[in-house]
Amino acid sequence: MDLDFDLSAESPKFVQLAIGVVAFLAVVGLVLLLLDRTPMRQRARLHATILLAPAVTLLTIGLIVPAVRTTLLSFMSGDGTDFVGLANYAWMFTQPEAVTVLRNTLAWVVLVPLLVTAIGLVYAVIVDHSRFESLAKTLVFLPMAISFVGAGIIWKFVYAYRPEGADQIGLLNQVVVWFGGEPRQWLLDSPLNTLFLIVVMVWIQAGFATVVLSAAIKSIPSDIVEAAKLDGAGPAQMFFRVTLPSIRPAIIVVLVTQSFGMLKLFDIVRTMTGGQFDTSVLANEMYNQAFRYGETGRGAALAVFLFVLVTPVVVYQLRTRRAVR
Amino acid sequence: MAFASRLLVGAVGLALVATGCGSTSTAPEAEGSTSADCAAFSAYGKHDGKKVSVYSPIRDAEADLFQQNWKPFEKCTGMKITYEGTGEFEAQIQVRSDGGTPPDLAFFPQPGLLARFAKAGKLKPAPAEVKTLAEEGWSKDWLNYGTVDGAFYAAPLGASVKSFVWYSPKTFQEKGWKVPTTWDELMTLTETIAAGGLKPWCAGIESGEATGWPATDWIEDVILRELGPEEYDRWVAHELKFNDPKVVAAVDKVGAILKNDKYVNGGYGPVKSIASTAFQEGGVPITTGKCAMHRQASFYANFWPEGTKVAQDGDVFAFYLPGKDASSKPVLGAGEFVAAFTDRPEVKAFQRYLATAEHANARMKLGTYVSARKGVDLANAQNPIDKLSMEMLGDPATVFRFDGSDLMPAAVGSGSFWKGMTDWINGKDTRTVLDYIDASWPPS
Amino acid sequence: MTSVRASLSSRTASLVALLIAVLWTTPTFGLLLSSFRQEDQIKSTGWWTFFSAPELTLENYQEVLFGASSSSGQLASFLINSIVITVPSVLFPLAFGSFAAYALAWLPFRGRDWIYIGIFALQVVPLQMALVPLLSFFSQGVEVFGLHLLPAWNLEGTGRFVQVWFAHTCFGLPLSIFLLHNFMSELPGELMEAARSDGATHGMIFRRIVLPLVAPALASLAIFQFLWVWNDLLVGLIFAGGTAESAPMTVRLAQMAGTRGNEWQRLTAGAFVSVIIPLVVFLSMQRYFVRGLLAGSVKG
Repeated sequence: MDLDFDLSAESPKFVQLAIGVVAFLAVVGLVLLLLDRTPMRQRARLHATILLAPAVTLLTIGLIVPAVRTTLLSFMSGDGTDFVGLANYAWMFTQPEAVTVLRNTLAWVVLVPLLVTAIGLVYAVIVDHSRFESLAKTLVFLPMAISFVGAGIIWKFVYAYRPEGADQIGLLNQVVVWFGGEPRQWLLDSPLNTLFLIVVMVWIQAGFATVVLSAAIKSIPSDIVEAAKLDGAGPAQMFFRVTLPSIRPAIIVVLVTQSFGMLKLFDIVRTMTGGQFDTSVLANEMYNQAFRYGETGRGAALAVFLFVLVTPVVVYQLRTRRAVR
Repeated sequence: MAFASRLLVGAVGLALVATGCGSTSTAPEAEGSTSADCAAFSAYGKHDGKKVSVYSPIRDAEADLFQQNWKPFEKCTGMKITYEGTGEFEAQIQVRSDGGTPPDLAFFPQPGLLARFAKAGKLKPAPAEVKTLAEEGWSKDWLNYGTVDGAFYAAPLGASVKSFVWYSPKTFQEKGWKVPTTWDELMTLTETIAAGGLKPWCAGIESGEATGWPATDWIEDVILRELGPEEYDRWVAHELKFNDPKVVAAVDKVGAILKNDKYVNGGYGPVKSIASTAFQEGGVPITTGKCAMHRQASFYANFWPEGTKVAQDGDVFAFYLPGKDASSKPVLGAGEFVAAFTDRPEVKAFQRYLATAEHANARMKLGTYVSARKGVDLANAQNPIDKLSMEMLGDPATVFRFDGSDLMPAAVGSGSFWKGMTDWINGKDTRTVLDYIDASWPPS
Repeated sequence: MTSVRASLSSRTASLVALLIAVLWTTPTFGLLLSSFRQEDQIKSTGWWTFFSAPELTLENYQEVLFGASSSSGQLASFLINSIVITVPSVLFPLAFGSFAAYALAWLPFRGRDWIYIGIFALQVVPLQMALVPLLSFFSQGVEVFGLHLLPAWNLEGTGRFVQVWFAHTCFGLPLSIFLLHNFMSELPGELMEAARSDGATHGMIFRRIVLPLVAPALASLAIFQFLWVWNDLLVGLIFAGGTAESAPMTVRLAQMAGTRGNEWQRLTAGAFVSVIIPLVVFLSMQRYFVRGLLAGSVKG
């Protein structure tokens, strides 16, 4: 078969990859070398600087500078030339859809992390050390491996609507029809449609929770487990007294990353409803304003609003950290 | 069994494709013919080893045809054209330009977006030779869309005609229905078909993040017919508001069809199903006899199920969406414009080539393509609908207007107008929706 | 170990697990089946009708892999690009993330709370807002008050991979640091103390004690970073461009839907072509999810 494929034309790519891997090894080696050469009696600050330097440099270039720039832009006009004060923020809160958008964002940020964590936790505990553990985890992990585009099509096949009497092509409506119901247009009626979109996200992200929590369960020191068993703890006691407290940090990781992810969420909403039928969320509005409408200032203001929304979580983190110490 | 035979057919198909590829890749290498062919390109000069990058919303098969069409030009001028098609053109072109890595040339599908870039000083005005070519090639209407604040930036490239109603000539003949030539006839026909127990119209406006656009095309087409081209221009410029009684009346005229459960949505369900039906599938029930008419642009020719014959005497064809009377024939359409972010000699040369009739003709020979350029040879058209479109565009009597949502500020044209019309289909009343769109118009 | 299993996997529990597995797999299975169906069938009947009228075709895969259009034979090129993009984009954030996480978890220095909280909060910066500044960082370099601190990178051809690695590393770091920090700070402090009194340096503690202990966390993070990079469209589109020279497979698949998205049935096959490698990676990573790495080392 003529694939128009010439391996020799691809070799520069592998050379590039090799360069990348060598660069990686060089940087990692350098950091570790510096670390070993720095005597332990030196102050911790010096060691920390060596360890933190690569990450902090990259974060500054890739995220901190853009964040500062975004904040500045939020006080500027659409094309970024004139200072407009708080006009973009005023616009944000006087939008007729503002309430709907905030309501939807809240639904995503609250529901998805809770559902994902609950399902992931239950599943991870049940399949832990079962004979089919690997297969079982693979099945739930699979949706994560499918791109958003793929997921969009999959759920198109679930929610699709055809009138009563006609052949259904959507699984959900087919099931409804099998049970004698009337087919419905799941994505059209607010606010239920947001829940149907949330189902898609939970389906995708449950694999994340399962994998992280499963890893955490596996790192519970076996002596603790043995000790609890010697004390005659039943499955429920085991779960609440041993498993849950031991993996608390991992649960928090899942909850936090999921809620941050949901604040920024826009792919699913964009591909499935385009934010219509009152399903729009903050990040979706931000993307539209900043990129599709050329209203950079407004988009930036929405992004800054996202930062503000996480402040409570950040303060909570700071407090628990202080409390630990 | 079926599986096996399909596999076999597939394998044969593959072999054909493979040999096809082989021959096309070797043919241009053949010596001798090159020098003669290159005479046509001598005016563009030699640009050995130079590169021109093109960024465009056109993807896949259509994009391949463009690239194939440019091969001789590349060969004779020595330049290399790197083409990149994307589904997120509007957002990406902004990011690239702001990030300091704009392409050399971009095919803008929206004059409104083009104007935004021109006003921001990102674009280079078209070179004098391109301007001359464009002036001899396109009508004033078309040239206006590439002109911003008096300076000419972009010559048109491809075009499409939106004012079409798709139907099945066979069914029409069997049932004795006549292609309507006035709006009243259209409504009478609609009523006749509905009385016969068939839903006359089918529609679909779902298009992912662009959901709603086919409905805005409907509205634009009817405003252009009811209010006339001058008022249409005023409406596009927001001098005539969306909630003006005249506009409201025009929208309600569309509503008389699209929001009437007796008339829609053939094959898909009640009115609301329009909002959840993919626009690509909106007209398909015509082929199964579940619907009689579907208003959609000329490019819908590519969306019919495989094996559907598109012709005056075929399975499907399109008639002109009639106006108030048979004499006035305004045409709503769309197209791409070639704008330059850089002005190196090779970029200018390629820009010049794209504006010629030779380019359009060569492109037409390769596959479905519509150009509004004067001097294109209709004999090159690959299908009857392309030919019909070009006849309409080429007719000096035709009043052409560009898709209004592509001219409006993006916040409206690809935002609140789409969203508003979707809400409208989904049950909101005309007035509320139009007030909402008016309120969303950005302050200038 | 068997008693744990026996006690926890009671019948109800197994049933719940089975239910979740079925619910989660059905939609994917529907897509898999659809990818073998013909375009007009996909668009007119449900995939479950396959069971009453089985008919399959490889047409979608044929189009995706070998192509109806002249440029689609290059899918192999795009696949290679995806691999070249992914490997360093996973390695860098993992390594830099674990360095930083170790420092933040186990080195007592002033201001570490603030650095940690700062990095934690960075998770919420929307990726989209970082695209333009990062792109101009590459195309124009760094200039502060007219002073050229860094020149433009001028990356062309395969050099553009560097941009993509860089971008993915920046965007992947906050999660990487946050996740690893949480796992590392849970490690028993006696371990580090014991090692330090034996004269171990931070480098040794990091390599010999911390890394093996957080292996499950590293493995899961590697998988997620891998998936994120592999399935990413936006970063690839902006930093790698859209040509076979450097663009990842997602970019190519998105183009294949056609100018007006009318060929979306190809994406059903595309979704499965692109899922194979992540799945292999996931399965091969499974062996790092093992119990009891901590056991034994704590004793004593």
